[in-house]
Amino acid sequence: MSDVLLQVSGLSARVEDKEILHGVDLTIGSGETHVLMGPNGAGKSTLGYVLMGNPRYEITEGRISFKGEDITEEGADKRAKAGMFLSFQEPLEVPGLTTESFIRSAMEQKSGQRLKLMEFRKQLSAAMEVLQMDEAYAKRSLNTGFSGGEKKKAEILQLMMLRPDLAILDETDSGLDVDAVRLVAKGIEEFQKERGGSLLIITHSTRILDSLNVDKTHIMVNGRLVNSGDGSLVAEINQGGYEKYMA
Amino acid sequence: MKEKSQVDDINRSIYDIKNENVDEYKLESGLTPEIVEKISSEKNDPEWMRAFRLKSLEIYNSMGIPDWGPSIDGLDMNNIVTYVRPNTKMSAKWSEVPEDIKDTFERLGIPQAERESLAGVGAQFDSELVYHNVKEEVAAQGVIYSDLESALHGPYADMIKKHFMKLITPQDHKFAALHGAVWSGGSFVYVPPGVTVEIPLQSYFRLNAPGAGQFEHTLIIVDEGANLHFIEGCSAPKYNVANLHAGAVELFVGKNAKLRYSTIENWSKNMYNLNTKRAIVEEGGTMEWVSGSFGSHVSYLYPMTILQGADSHMEFTGITFAGKGQNLDTGAKVVHTGERTSSYINTKSISKDGGISTFRSSVLIGKNAKKSKNAVSCQSLMLDDISRSDTIPAMDIRTKDADVGHEAKIGKVSDDAVFYLMSRGISEEDARAMIVSGFADNVSKELPLEYAVEMNNLIRLEMKGSIG
Repeated sequence: MSDVLLQVSGLSARVEDKEILHGVDLTIGSGETHVLMGPNGAGKSTLGYVLMGNPRYEITEGRISFKGEDITEEGADKRAKAGMFLSFQEPLEVPGLTTESFIRSAMEQKSGQRLKLMEFRKQLSAAMEVLQMDEAYAKRSLNTGFSGGEKKKAEILQLMMLRPDLAILDETDSGLDVDAVRLVAKGIEEFQKERGGSLLIITHSTRILDSLNVDKTHIMVNGRLVNSGDGSLVAEINQGGYEKYMA
Repeated sequence: MKEKSQVDDINRSIYDIKNENVDEYKLESGLTPEIVEKISSEKNDPEWMRAFRLKSLEIYNSMGIPDWGPSIDGLDMNNIVTYVRPNTKMSAKWSEVPEDIKDTFERLGIPQAERESLAGVGAQFDSELVYHNVKEEVAAQGVIYSDLESALHGPYADMIKKHFMKLITPQDHKFAALHGAVWSGGSFVYVPPGVTVEIPLQSYFRLNAPGAGQFEHTLIIVDEGANLHFIEGCSAPKYNVANLHAGAVELFVGKNAKLRYSTIENWSKNMYNLNTKRAIVEEGGTMEWVSGSFGSHVSYLYPMTILQGADSHMEFTGITFAGKGQNLDTGAKVVHTGERTSSYINTKSISKDGGISTFRSSVLIGKNAKKSKNAVSCQSLMLDDISRSDTIPAMDIRTKDADVGHEAKIGKVSDDAVFYLMSRGISEEDARAMIVSGFADNVSKELPLEYAVEMNNLIRLEMKGSIG
């Protein structure tokens, strides 16, 4: 039994007047990998956003604690500094802000220390090598004009560089070709195995899970977790879909 | 590679230091022929310049103030001391510059900047040049870089007489006339044919005395096939008295020559910046403007380029940042008279806390400017709902085969982008500053590193306290 990293209890949240999450309970231990599956519109991405602290969503009930601290009211930057990370389904473009200077700033913010340029460059090149990203992307504006696949790689690059304790991956594999999935999975695997990081993987497919050990699988339907089980639940969903939960 | 691209703490105080007023003397506040005579004799003007000043004063008195831009009602010429000079003479050696003045320059980073291989410093403190130095290798190439006053008595006197206020005439507008009457200080640069000045020449202007106007004149002549980058940077301390800046910049770009003129203006928030800049380009020549306008209460600034020679080219890259209490009216003008001339104007403007930013472009393509091309792109970023951004493009195309395009966009900082950056541990304030700095990168990537860092510092400074 590992230490509890994330504890979500009775979490309900809405965007504008629409309630999306209804009393979600979820516990993720240190080093555990959880998979969150569910039909479109079930509220999976919303859960990711709410855990990360997107101000667009209002928490109406429940609490989120991370490393034993109640972070329900904290801003996204505080959560990130505490060790949380969200890989966006649709990463935003920030023209004029280069990928490398952004990653370096974020790393410095997190550690509170200046990071030597040479040391940073070395780490960055190594991570880009794993993802087989052309180094030219480091000099380009963050996500600006990147293809869908390159954006996802850039998310995993940030994951590898920022080394959080918990990474929430929101459909990181969607829209990727087979080779790209393999590379992205390699980055995630490195995070899981070498860093001992915890993962909450929101996904529709199993491709990204092949090389990862899955500890738990959760099924979300209409803003509720309707079933949880071990890794074998993923295969079951692949066979039978969500129909039996939709009644 | 230095680590300067990282921006650390911002200390506004370095821009806001004013020295105790130690000026030898000030002229009385109003503007009369006697005052102009006095300025002229103090400067030991040649006779033609004395007559020119008096003629300009007449024109000044006969012209009305502009009635089309931001209000300049706060400006009372009767209360503006037009001419203040520090108690020091021209100095070519840093060691001879008085301590308190040196101290101010130290804080502004002038000697460091020079050490970092800038070619020469013509820093203007109040109205006189106090420090002026051109590195030997530049002088050895035959490049003349000096203050305008002494150049009027040197071997280039005739060249100056031939060019001085010929591009910007006193008849242009009231503040050009004022400039003609009371101009003081500034730079003269001459680059001989075929010479490429490898390092940028730099001039740092600064206002220091309460109520003092600043009327520096910059005259740059880049001869055939020559190449120069000139950087003008401005930073002024804060005062409560209305301040006026009415400088003039005249640039002559010869055949196949190239001039890049970069400016970062950061005037104090009570400044009326009514500056006039103009360039004329001969056949095959290139004029590049890089312009960052920060600070000031009111600005009127529209650098103009006349593409006279065939195949001449102009690029203008600008950023304007209007914050609380600021009304910045900026833009660019271009007149195509030569065949196959081309121009590209790319500007960004940012407005915040009720600031007003107006972009004006004026494009004239004359009937002889066959097959000329022009493109104007203007993007505005509004940081809140109380600020304002306007785009006023004017186009006058008199030949059928010109290719002209205009594009304008107005946007806001996206909350999603702010959240995205925050999800990586960046504070909301920093996230917004990063997005705004990124927006301004059209200019920062054109500037030398030190200036790009200073500009990012300024943006951060302006962004500070914008939350909540």
